[in-house]
Amino acid sequence: MFVIVIIAIWEVISKAGIFPTFMFPPLIIPSVPGGVTVLKTLVGGVMSGQILAATGVTLSRLLIGFLIAVVLGLTFGFLIARFKWVDDTLGYFVTALQSIPSIVWFPLAIVWFGLGNTAILFIVAIGATWTMTVNSSAGFKNVPSIYINAARTLGSSGSHLLRTVILPASVPHIISGLRVAWAFAWRAIMAGELLGAAGGLGYLLDLGRSTQAMDLVLSIMIVIGLIGTIIDNQVFLRMERSVARKWGLRT
Amino acid sequence: MKVSLKEVNKSFQKGKGETLEVLDDIDFNISEGEFVSLIGPSGCGKSTILKLVAGLDAPTSGEVLMNGRTVTGPGTDRVVVFQEGGLFPWMTVIENVTYGLLRKKMSKEEAHEKAMEGLRMVHLANFTGSYPHELSGGMKQRVAIARALVMDPDVLLMDEPFAALDEQTRLVLHKELQRIWQDTGKTILFITHNIREALTLSDRVLLMSTRPGAVKREFTVQAARPRDPADSNVVDLERRVMEELEEEMEKVLKEEFGDDYHLEKSRVRDSDHSDMGSHI
Repeated sequence: MFVIVIIAIWEVISKAGIFPTFMFPPLIIPSVPGGVTVLKTLVGGVMSGQILAATGVTLSRLLIGFLIAVVLGLTFGFLIARFKWVDDTLGYFVTALQSIPSIVWFPLAIVWFGLGNTAILFIVAIGATWTMTVNSSAGFKNVPSIYINAARTLGSSGSHLLRTVILPASVPHIISGLRVAWAFAWRAIMAGELLGAAGGLGYLLDLGRSTQAMDLVLSIMIVIGLIGTIIDNQVFLRMERSVARKWGLRT
Repeated sequence: MKVSLKEVNKSFQKGKGETLEVLDDIDFNISEGEFVSLIGPSGCGKSTILKLVAGLDAPTSGEVLMNGRTVTGPGTDRVVVFQEGGLFPWMTVIENVTYGLLRKKMSKEEAHEKAMEGLRMVHLANFTGSYPHELSGGMKQRVAIARALVMDPDVLLMDEPFAALDEQTRLVLHKELQRIWQDTGKTILFITHNIREALTLSDRVLLMSTRPGAVKREFTVQAARPRDPADSNVVDLERRVMEELEEEMEKVLKEEFGDDYHLEKSRVRDSDHSDMGSHI
């Protein structure tokens, strides 16, 4: 319902003639017969494969960068929780690193890796790693000692203890870490692709800007919003709910 | 002797150079098949003793012996039943109970069978697939007991296992624990702050004094089993233990509220502001 109101307001403004059509294209109903609409561009882009291909490129980069970040974040998080000296050194440093927006790394990434896939992966990974580290170290640190003691008296130790108790006991923290890390990764990849690198949704956005095709820009924004919502709802919210149900945290 | 503590001291570092002495020269034995309770006010170090026996913590000096050998770490010959919350919430009842068995490299079928046997002993064979949060407090503690028993430990260590339960549930579990103890002949070290609980269950009750914790007095309970709380021996002992314990309580309260505090004058239950349960 809210979406319909927004669309209606948009349509009214775009037809009022305050702005030229290329700046403020209508969403659904063309202003002149056969003229551009965001919907038409979106459908056309999807049909021609242009938007789909770009989405594929972006998602695969995102997934790889995100996975790297998750692995690094879990490892760092574990080391920080396990060793006091790592906490005092790396743990302290991570808090500082976390406050640097990942796009700030981009000039460095271009010089190190050249303008391309690697540079993009680098900033995606670095954008998500620190928040993943902070969340997973909090998760590992907050494992109630009663679980660890119970497991130890039942004969568990070392990697078995890590795998069967410490990791599952930190799952609630880790999932919320994944969720935030994913959002950071999304921001990083858009900024990165917008500034450089061929293919991908960010590149299409830049193309839309340079050809003054706001209909294309708006279509891509819709695609990004849809993917974000779907992933958040279908993947992370589901994970959170199933853990909550299992643990009895919420009903 | 099954378990021996020899001149055990334990202190913790408390800030710069200050040490907090928790246990002072603890010295006692538990024989095979004996049910021994440790009681004392909170902070007297009774849970610390249990941790030392379990091998989860090491004494500052002295030694803890198990079957004549020095305890250096946790072992499955000494399994602990913790207060409520010791079960793994991400595992079902059966997964919790088989956890230690599978770690022992027992086959899945065998572990499952043993776990079922343990769960039947605590009357929970119908709840194998439930998660801990779906169970009541009393049921959780039964699972915890089953989880410990299936390991077939030499000594069962129980750290205030029934403290969080309501009175009715606790009474039922007292009966069951006595039955299990008689059936299995396990040696049990039981920590509690509930005098009646200690007297109902134990062969011997060790009363601890506080700051630093030390064994103040030892009571042997000579009453027929299953115990009746109205048994004259039990009632008489309860009064004696209470007297001793009140002295300790006063010491603690004086430390907390200042030297002019007297337990006799300001009995908690006489005050409206801190009514601690006359309406229960």
